[in-house]
Formats: sequence, structure tokens, C-alpha cells
Amino acid sequence: MAEEKRKTPKLDELEKGAWPSFVKEIKSAAEKNPMANDLLGQLERSYEEKIGHWKHGGIVGVLGYGGGVIGRYSDLPEEFPNVSHFHTIRINQPAGWFYTSDVLRKLCDIWERHGSGLTNMHGSTGDMIFLGTKTDELEPTFSELTELGFDLGGSGSDVRTPSCCCGKARCEWACYDTMALTYFLTMHYQDELHRPAFPYKWKFKMSGCPNDCVASVARADMSIIGTWRDDIQIDKKAVTEYAESGLNIQRDVVGNCPSKCMEWDGKELKIDNKACVKCMHCINAMPKALAPGKDRGACILIGAKAPIVEGALLSSVLVPFIKLEPPYNELIDLVDKIHEVWSENGKNRERVGEFIQRVGMGNFLEAIGVEPVPEMVAHPRENPYVFYEEYFEEDDEGSGEQEEDK
Amino acid sequence: MAEQVKVEEVSDAMYRLIKDSMGQKKWKATDLTKAVLELFGDRCDKTLAKSAIRELIESGKCIYTYFGGSFIEIPHREGAQN
Repeated sequence: MAEEKRKTPKLDELEKGAWPSFVKEIKSAAEKNPMANDLLGQLERSYEEKIGHWKHGGIVGVLGYGGGVIGRYSDLPEEFPNVSHFHTIRINQPAGWFYTSDVLRKLCDIWERHGSGLTNMHGSTGDMIFLGTKTDELEPTFSELTELGFDLGGSGSDVRTPSCCCGKARCEWACYDTMALTYFLTMHYQDELHRPAFPYKWKFKMSGCPNDCVASVARADMSIIGTWRDDIQIDKKAVTEYAESGLNIQRDVVGNCPSKCMEWDGKELKIDNKACVKCMHCINAMPKALAPGKDRGACILIGAKAPIVEGALLSSVLVPFIKLEPPYNELIDLVDKIHEVWSENGKNRERVGEFIQRVGMGNFLEAIGVEPVPEMVAHPRENPYVFYEEYFEEDDEGSGEQEEDK
Repeated sequence: MAEQVKVEEVSDAMYRLIKDSMGQKKWKATDLTKAVLELFGDRCDKTLAKSAIRELIESGKCIYTYFGGSFIEIPHREGAQN
């Protein structure tokens, strides 16, 4: 490379230690790519001054799409001309992140031709992230990606690229086919994914079991988490084998059960399944002996978000149990109702969880036509502000007296 | 319901709304939809408004932008490029 290598004494510190270093990778890319070299220079400057030098957002994109490209410009273009434009492209990943090595090579080749060559596999959205290109390179990159069978992902106020755990492809605990549902939702909501029409972003994340490997409960506006409603399957012989091999079942399994629904007398493990909260601890501790029940489906939760405009929220239960099988009509009806109510009444940059907090869960449920159930109470002693009006006779109004036995 | 207006008519109306308030107001897709529903009454519905937005974008007359949220604007050279 003709250009002089940037001096990076502060970044060099991040190459020390046993862990992988992004600095090492950027330096490796900088051997061939001037964008990566200037990126090192600008990053070093940020570390010196303790201030970022990126301008974010704007009007860049590909024709017809409102998502998938995140505009980024340097505010020091004279000093770092090769990163004066440094746009990010999100590419819709395959469900479960399965690739062939051949396709990964082709994706990297495309990015070396049109961008910095730097990737982030994968971003917190789940997408493949291609970091750093110029405005003029966006359409040619998009064209080559579509030729390879890939599409852009979501960004802005749209349906973000749905993502899921590997589900039934590799995990026996998956209570529904997460990859099939992710593919279905991606295809069904193509318009909403590419053409932002909501007050703010909307994320679907699918986890096959309550271990929630994609952390949907903390990140997704709609978390779809696999669960079961019958009894945990027990292989008694395998339980005995665990005990004989030295596992302290009383201390490490029963003692850690959050709902205290298990008993171990030294010979037999008993589970009060009605009290089980599906935390997965016992199943994780004794995977050969215990497994989720056979009557499997999913729990739908709503409203999680990371702190951006307001604080972080975890999602809470909306539908305690649903059988998730094609053609998924029940799920789509529910999602469409939520989108309609939120789009109609949500404020700019208001996530659906914040919207529910503002209008109240009772009003939200009424608007989307869902009956309240006890599982929706998110915290002990929480007042969900749901009033069962049908329990009151007209004469009782104002007295607050509840009619019994109705 | 009265006879629907044509999709081009709706997209033209949206374009005028955006053009007339350029520099003063940024329009989100939902704002544009609400505005044309009010303008055309029962001769327009949400599906038609959605098609009109698509027409507006695919014709190149307008583009999506991102400034905190996603908006629909007339193409221009943005300050950040300078």
C-alpha cells in the first residue's frame, strides 16, 4: 500500500492480551485497504481526544429501500479522506446463521471490491454488518448481493431483520421451529422491512426454549420464546446415573430451583409441574435426564428495548402459550393489530414497550382486542390497571363493590 | 364507500405536502397517511396510501431519510457530505 501507515500507540494497547483484537484485524485490512488505514487514524484520534468523530444518519440508501444502509461520515474529512464516507450496510442473515464457506468467501469478495473489507459477523440486530463504504458504491454492492441471493436488512423505523437461535436445526430443546418462523416473518413483512412506516423500530426475535439464546426478552419488541405446557420429561435411569457420577442433585439442581417445585429423596426426583416456571435450570444441569415436555409451543412477550431515548425494558407476557405452526395466522393477526394501534397512536421514536407504559396495559389490550390474563402481570404486587367491568352491576358503580360468584 | 382516487393522485398530494413544508416539517410515513386520509376522506384508505408512498419512493421523487427516526423527503444534498 502506498499510503503511510497511521501511528496508533493507544490502539496498540488493545492488541495486548490473550483475547481477539479488533485492532489487529483492522490493521490486517489496512495492509490492502486505505479506508481501513484511515479508520485506524480516526479511531486513534478519538481515543486521544475522548470524543467520537462520526456523523450518523442522513439520506443514503439504495433506490426503493428505506432501510439497510446507515449513513456515516467523518467530521475530519481533510485529515482522513478515505473515511469521509464510511456507510454501514446491513445484510439480512440466513435464519440461524448457517452459511457455506463458499458463500462467505463470495460475500467477503464483494465487500473487498466495494468497501473497506471490514465486517461484523454479526451485529446485535442479527444481520451481517459490512462496515464502511462510499455513497457511489452502495448500488453496485446491492446489485452484487442480490445476485448472490442476499437482501438488505432493516434499519430506521421499520421491521428490523428478524433473527433466531439455531432452533430445531441443532437443539433438541427447541419447542417450535424458530428458523421456519423467522423465514416466514422475514418474507411476510418484506414491505415493512424495507419501507419504514412505524413510529420507531420493531424487532422480532425467536428463541426455541426459555434459555433464550438470542436474548429476545431483553432486546425484542416481540419476543417469541419456546415453552411447553405439560410435564417435564424425566428419564429416571439417567437421573440415577447423574447422582452416581457425583452430581449433587439436592444442592445443584433442587436447591437452585426458583419456584421450589422439585424434591429429591436420594433416589427419586419429583417435580410439581404446576409450580414450574420453565426456567430451564434443572434441564440445563441434567440434560441427559430431563427435557421439556411434549406439548410444545411458544410464549409471546412484548415490549423489550435497550436504553436509547428512554431506559431499558424487559418484555412481558402477552400470550402465555400459542401453538406456532404454519400458516401462523393467529400470530399474524395479533402482530397486525399491534402495528395498527401503535402506528396510529405512537409518538415519534416511541417503542411499543414505551407506548404500552404510556397508555397503560389495560387500554393497550382493549385496543388490540386481547383479554387480560394473570400471566400478564409483570412484577409481584404490580397493579396492571385492568378492570373487570363485567363483574360490576350498574347499581354497584361508584361503590367499588365486587359481585362474587360471577 | 365512494370511488377511490387514483394512486398517482394520492402520491401527488403527498409530494405537495412534503414540498410545501420543506425545511419546516419532516414527514413520517404515518403522518403522510393520516394527512391524505383526511384530505380524501372515504375515497382513500391505508392500503392506497401505502401504495402511494411506494410510488413516491420508486419514482425517485422522494427518498427515505434517517434523522433519529425514518422520514420521507425530497432528495437533496445533505450537509454531512460537505
